[in-house]
Amino acid sequence: MQPFGLLFARALGVATLGLALALPLALPVAAQAQQAPASGTSEAIRSRGTLICGVTTGLAGFAQPDSQGVWRGFDVEYCRAVAAAIFGDASKVRYVPTTAQSRFTALQSGEVDLLARNTTWTLSRDTSLGFDFAATNFYDGQGFMVKTSLGLKSAKELDGATICVQPGTTTEQNLTDWARSNRVRFTPVVIERLEEVVGAYIAGRCDAYTTDISGLASTRSAQPRPAEHTILPDVISKEPLAPLVRQGDARFADVVRWVHFLLLSAEEFGITQANVGQMANDPRPEVQRMLGRNGELGQMLGLDNAWAVNVLKATGNYGEIFQRHLAPLGIQRGQNALWNAGGLQYSPPFR
Amino acid sequence: MSEATIDPRSLRAPPRRPLRLSWSDERVRGIFWQILVVGIVGSIVWWLWSNTVHNLEVRRIATGFGFLNREAGLPIAESVIDYSPADTYLRALVVGLLNTLKVSVVGIILATILGTLMGIARLSRNWLLSKLAGIYIEAIRDLPLLLQLLLWYAILQGLPGPRQALNPAPGVFLSNRGLKLPWIEWQAAHGWALLALILGIIGTLAWRRVAIARRMQDGQPRRVWPVALGLIVALPLAVWYALGAPWVVDWPALRGFNFRGGANMSPEYFALLLGLVLYTAGFIAEIVRAGILAVPHGQWEAAQALGLRPKMVLKLIVLPQALRVIIPPMTSQYLNITKNSSLAVAIGYQDIVSIANTTLNQTGQAIEGIAIIMLVYLTISLSISLFMNWYNARIALVER
Repeated sequence: MQPFGLLFARALGVATLGLALALPLALPVAAQAQQAPASGTSEAIRSRGTLICGVTTGLAGFAQPDSQGVWRGFDVEYCRAVAAAIFGDASKVRYVPTTAQSRFTALQSGEVDLLARNTTWTLSRDTSLGFDFAATNFYDGQGFMVKTSLGLKSAKELDGATICVQPGTTTEQNLTDWARSNRVRFTPVVIERLEEVVGAYIAGRCDAYTTDISGLASTRSAQPRPAEHTILPDVISKEPLAPLVRQGDARFADVVRWVHFLLLSAEEFGITQANVGQMANDPRPEVQRMLGRNGELGQMLGLDNAWAVNVLKATGNYGEIFQRHLAPLGIQRGQNALWNAGGLQYSPPFR
Repeated sequence: MSEATIDPRSLRAPPRRPLRLSWSDERVRGIFWQILVVGIVGSIVWWLWSNTVHNLEVRRIATGFGFLNREAGLPIAESVIDYSPADTYLRALVVGLLNTLKVSVVGIILATILGTLMGIARLSRNWLLSKLAGIYIEAIRDLPLLLQLLLWYAILQGLPGPRQALNPAPGVFLSNRGLKLPWIEWQAAHGWALLALILGIIGTLAWRRVAIARRMQDGQPRRVWPVALGLIVALPLAVWYALGAPWVVDWPALRGFNFRGGANMSPEYFALLLGLVLYTAGFIAEIVRAGILAVPHGQWEAAQALGLRPKMVLKLIVLPQALRVIIPPMTSQYLNITKNSSLAVAIGYQDIVSIANTTLNQTGQAIEGIAIIMLVYLTISLSISLFMNWYNARIALVER
């Protein structure tokens, strides 16, 4: 017992000494690393040289890698636009695919700078999760998709049905709220991964699949025979989808917000990806201010004055982005038309 | 051990040495190092804790367990106790815990039975049987469990829809919505009958002990089965009959989209149970085989030389020795089943991980959510360990 005890005490002593020496060295480094994401997201992005953007794991039209592995979609264009505004180069983005469940922790922990991942703007997410939503870039609503062969006309006919839904989203809570207020009984099938939950619906495990209508349209268009699936006309919730950032860097939130307004204003003034070069000579004062010919709107955002030109050259205006990625899925402009075309998309003035 | 063998000197305490405040005193050194180690560990924990709290405050992320009393609003497909989305997060988490236990306990029992059979089959003298068991064990152990779960789930989803459900017996429907069985409507009388059954089993076991003890004294065999018949079969039936013998069968029937009534086993639960049982049974089979092979062959021969029948050899000589080898690794397999049940998330069975994940996503309180999951698994695992260690100690070789 004695020799072992002694040996053990010595080993322990050496280990403790090592720890005692290493700890003061390790502590300040760790403390700094922890501080970085909390304040000054813009500085962190600039010093890193890339924007880290959280996107979906793959949703046609919003964010999906193409056959060359390049991420494409509506949300991806927002990542590119923000990178173009900061660096003047839309390719300086690293995409991090996030699931519905991992997205918030990814943003909270500083793993991503910006979450452009069709996320619904709600009060609790804006406050208790510690986020800032920039601006609603897509007005959506929750709906149901069923097999056309069921011959349903309304979601209220779904009493007793089995419904596939992804967990951890507002979708799940909207579904239960709606079912309670309409006295519809249903059996949920709750699967986390998008591919699996869609697979369960296609295989007939569920009678209906529910998510945002844009997501339904995207899923429907990806099926070999889209006509076999019908999106019911009922819209059971408001889903303002918005890109979001961590609280603590209001300047970065401003940049994301005004990139969105820039895309809207460009559409309003007829500035496109193709004509942004000539538009610099446009006599309208707001266009001159927006494109950095006059005034210092860029500097006020902490950016280069050519930020707007860089963004529009990279992505085009809101209408072009919509046309490129969402129109092919059969999604109409609807509420996402500009305010002067009967929609809700409205930009504050560039002044 | 008789008292005469104890040396009285060994009972005397060693002389006490005064504590000297010097580095050369072993006890002083010991106290110093212990204070240092505890202090360092304590300060690391304190630093991690205060750093976390500070960062949560800076980012204005809510903390605390207040959310447990808020309305959950999340739908749960199957639950052992009553649940509606209007209930609290706490109740939703309890439902998740019960779902985890439901699949773990049933999985442990079935995997033990199947694994033992497979282990014995692999040792069989029948060439075909032993080779088939060998192929099963090798194949099932080599494939990742997640893959197997997804395979079983995909196969179950391939069953026909509820309107074309397979109907092998009246009231039994098999479709991609699960297995529907007729079930009796549960009433108070059934609860009492069940209680009587449990008491009957306990009584029978007690009687068996008494019978064996008496046989040890006078050598006369005593029959256990008449008592068992009375206590296990007649007593619950009598209780049930005395309370009015209620018997209403709830037949499942197709109404609208789905079957109503009867008992249901969902494809998610079944796929998870099937995957866990088949996978773990492969490991248990090898443990059982190793345990039986660990008993020296001489033990078999010696037992046979005493004139014991093969069944008695296995029961009295081989199994008690094999169990000592089997139990400790078996504990690990039981822990594995419980922990692997968290893969339920992938195929949509709502266990504690699935529900806690949703909770932490809706409330945004990741640290609390993860802490709840860890606490649940720690509690279940420690309970299994404690029970198995107790059982292991009970059957361990008593050395004198």
